[in-house]
Amino acid sequence: MKKFLYAFAFVFIFSTFFTGLALAQSNVVTDDEVNAIAHKLYCPVCQNTPLDVCPTDACHDWREQIRGMIAEGKTEDEILQYFVDQFGDRVLSAPPVSTKFNWIIYILPPIIILAGAIILFRSLREWTTPKTIEAGLGADGSESSASQDDYVARLEEELKKQK
Amino acid sequence: MIPEFGFGIAILSFLVAIYSIVAAIYGATKKSPSMVESARRGMLLTFPLLTLSAAVLIYLLVNNHFEVAFVYDVTSRSMPTYLKVTAWWGGQAGSLLFWSWLLSAFASAVTLRKWDRDVEFLPWVVVICSVTLVFFLGMVVFYENPFTRYWLVNGNVEPHMFQPALATLFTPGDGNGLNPLLRHPGMIIHPPMLYLGFVSYVIPYAFAMAALITGRTDDRWIRLTRRWSLWAWLFLSAGLVLGGRWAYDVLGWGGYWGWDPVEIAAFMPWLTGTAFLHSVMIQEKRGLLKHWNMVLVIMTYELVIFGTFLTRSGVLSSVHAFANSPIGPLFMGYVSATLIGSIALVIYRWPTLRGETEMKSMLSREALFLLNNLLFISVLVICFVGVIFPLVSELLTGQKVTVGPPFYERATAPIFASLMFLMGVAPLSAWGNSTVKTLGRAMWKSAVLAGIVTVALFFTFTRNYIALAGFFLVALVLSVTLQEFWRGVRARQRAQNESFFTSLVRLMGRNRRRYGGYIIHISMMLMAIGILGIELFQTETQGTLAAGESTKIAEYNLVFKDVASWDNNDLEVNFTRATIQVYKGDQYIIDLHPRKDMYFSGQPMSIPGVYSNLQDDLYILLVDWQPISSTAATFKIFVNPLVNWLWLGSVLFLLGIIFTAWPDRDPAEETSRRSVTRNANQPSAAD
Amino acid sequence: MTEEKTNEKKGMPIMTQVFIWVFVVGLLVLVAFGLRRAQNPMVVVGKPIPDFNLVFYEGYEYNGQKEVKLSDLQGKVVLVNVWASWCKPCEQEAPDLQAAWELLKDSGDVVFVGVDYVDTPAGASEYLTKFNITFPNAPDLKSNISSILNRQMGVPETYIIDRKGILQQIQIGPFTSTEEIVFIIQSIQ
Repeated sequence: MKKFLYAFAFVFIFSTFFTGLALAQSNVVTDDEVNAIAHKLYCPVCQNTPLDVCPTDACHDWREQIRGMIAEGKTEDEILQYFVDQFGDRVLSAPPVSTKFNWIIYILPPIIILAGAIILFRSLREWTTPKTIEAGLGADGSESSASQDDYVARLEEELKKQK
Repeated sequence: MIPEFGFGIAILSFLVAIYSIVAAIYGATKKSPSMVESARRGMLLTFPLLTLSAAVLIYLLVNNHFEVAFVYDVTSRSMPTYLKVTAWWGGQAGSLLFWSWLLSAFASAVTLRKWDRDVEFLPWVVVICSVTLVFFLGMVVFYENPFTRYWLVNGNVEPHMFQPALATLFTPGDGNGLNPLLRHPGMIIHPPMLYLGFVSYVIPYAFAMAALITGRTDDRWIRLTRRWSLWAWLFLSAGLVLGGRWAYDVLGWGGYWGWDPVEIAAFMPWLTGTAFLHSVMIQEKRGLLKHWNMVLVIMTYELVIFGTFLTRSGVLSSVHAFANSPIGPLFMGYVSATLIGSIALVIYRWPTLRGETEMKSMLSREALFLLNNLLFISVLVICFVGVIFPLVSELLTGQKVTVGPPFYERATAPIFASLMFLMGVAPLSAWGNSTVKTLGRAMWKSAVLAGIVTVALFFTFTRNYIALAGFFLVALVLSVTLQEFWRGVRARQRAQNESFFTSLVRLMGRNRRRYGGYIIHISMMLMAIGILGIELFQTETQGTLAAGESTKIAEYNLVFKDVASWDNNDLEVNFTRATIQVYKGDQYIIDLHPRKDMYFSGQPMSIPGVYSNLQDDLYILLVDWQPISSTAATFKIFVNPLVNWLWLGSVLFLLGIIFTAWPDRDPAEETSRRSVTRNANQPSAAD
Repeated sequence: MTEEKTNEKKGMPIMTQVFIWVFVVGLLVLVAFGLRRAQNPMVVVGKPIPDFNLVFYEGYEYNGQKEVKLSDLQGKVVLVNVWASWCKPCEQEAPDLQAAWELLKDSGDVVFVGVDYVDTPAGASEYLTKFNITFPNAPDLKSNISSILNRQMGVPETYIIDRKGILQQIQIGPFTSTEEIVFIIQSIQ
């Protein structure tokens, strides 16, 4: 997870570096600054539309509000928190970890996946017990060391069959 | 009279399907071949019946019969005829009929095959297909009837199927028309592709259930449905890819996949379907994992039904009318009943589903395929939890939440990376047995090559280590896979004395599943390049430009020339089109025309101006503009590096599946190959 | 996945079966209830409305209070109008609502409350000034009120509650005239 935070930070720096446009002036809040925050919010009235790309008039108003708040010197966290207080957690693009209940979504998938991995690993170990070698399949033990020569030999044999 | 006729035919096919269920069960339990034959014919009859019913609906759609509520909802006079036809699946009622029609077509096709020694499966396949058909047709007949008309009753307009007392027919002058967002070619083909994929997965499920019910749980059902599941996978994949392209072209946010619940609903059966595709090979080659394959095919079927439900019921979007619709509970009931029934059957047949041989090595190809399955299921778990969580959260805490891209991206990225690594290792491992030594010997050259590529990228392109890890894996898999082609061709050349090209063609033709699979792996890597590019290196900016002003993004210089606005009354739309000159450095390249279409109905649509090349896409959206006097306009500009590799990969991906799934010309060859592969010691080269 | 080393054909262990059924049925029940919750609004005509809090906008109050609970208003007929400044049909009914309020407010028996559904403060105050709304108005903080009334809120929606706190009528979409509103209120009184 930390890797990804790092990646996001990197992309963020990368993009601001390249988008430092002629448009940017010292005291005017640029659209890019607004969108950077709006991108982290979801439109409260439309389904599954990030606020930075939502075309409705209502979203336009919210973006203007963000612009105003940036101009007032509010930090990104304060702005996000304001939207959460006004409209609820659903404006955030992922459930906030502020409530205990929301931890479920972050913990449940790893638990299930881990359980699956353990079941798989245990089954594999049972299936690969040495007993199976006694089962008289020793011949393919040597064959399956898939060296280049074996491979070519097998393939040639196969091709002859098909001819 | 025409709508009544269409409705009557739909009811008739509903009844015929019910008859097929009863007759097939009776025939199977009482060992009466004539009843089974009768059930089969009933199944076959539903197809012409539903075709007729659908033809009636299309007739109504094409001829502006706006007294029919469905026609009113999805068409308008200004729409061209082909769009009126495709409006068939543009709304809920029509798409349920479409689903039913496709299912009856597939079920008929499968019952027409020569059954010979598989005749004991037949009645149960008919039962499962008919039950599914009855469920969907039942919704058409009882709840979502596309033939309902508007009637004037005491001065109120009400939708009814049959004329209420003292009512007169009400015909609106024009219809609502299809949402302009849905008029994109991608969106016209996308839903039928998804549905084709969804519906074709009913067939493998039907055979799996037939195998469980009859107790013939060897791999016969898998061999019979192998091609069905490949085609199903093709259609589903095509649907997903087209959906992505549609989003990129039309939705105007510079992306192709938004982890929207509706997208995920179509993605989930694809995940289990992909896992199934790999794990059936283990059962075919090694006789292992029979129960797991059953579980996978059941999950795929349930996710198909669930996906249709999510995409069609509006449970996830705010559609008012849905609040009182019985569709939700019905789907829920059907999913529950079939899921419980299927699991009970699997548990009942558990003893006969045991593996025939045993696994010998943790690094054998079957073990790696199992790992692949674990990873696909992990992605499924993440998707399912993400889709369900908002519902559960609202139920238990009253708080609505959104689960969006940040959650899915963080959770799935490491799994996708592991899948890529597996793609690099698994083709080199042998069925039965492999060791670290044999794998290492086969892999080290590719690993070194990928390392060199990565170091080169580090010095020339990026220091982002996520991207470097991604490109390392891409290079590894490409190198391993291409090397597989190379080794095969060289071996053949030595044996046959053929030219390189002939060898390649013959080699691939003889081992279509193996080399088709490799083509798909290669296409996945091309797509991965595109995804890494757009996800990690996308740059965007937004700004307002006056006429003649210019701006810069990445290495592009953009000069805003003008913006013009005009009405097109025929299409009922106002076009606003800007002209932007694109320069790379000082070199003029092209004029781009981002457009904003405002439909008179109030629906806006942004058409980006795009300059594409293999390096990146310059993607310009017209966001806003001032009236003519000041001629300033606001643009949102994206540079999406490498994204065209994604589309290139998508095309190769679909071609690869078609190559793999294409019917064999020579059935004799098929049987000979099968007899060869029965051998448990079969080496990997022959696949 | 519980392979025994003997070749004997054995069924699935009973504990595994129990576990599978509990998991599957639990999942289905959870999803079913979730869907039901998502589909059905929690308020039904003829039933009491769950309580919620109103924190009025600057310049509005009820009996000198800046904050009331819906339950505080029991004993009066309450009209809860949900609106938003970006909503065009709301603008259409706003003058009618205000006119009806002026006709009814002196009876002392009726309360109108406006609930501003997801909005900007600037838009809201502009809207309230433009239509000279005098009955108390409150924002729908954290969407708590709309998620009680109708989770698929489509403004404007109006809820009319009788003296006992029982929901009597739901109006989806705008009212068409002052008379309509007055008539509905009077028919409940």
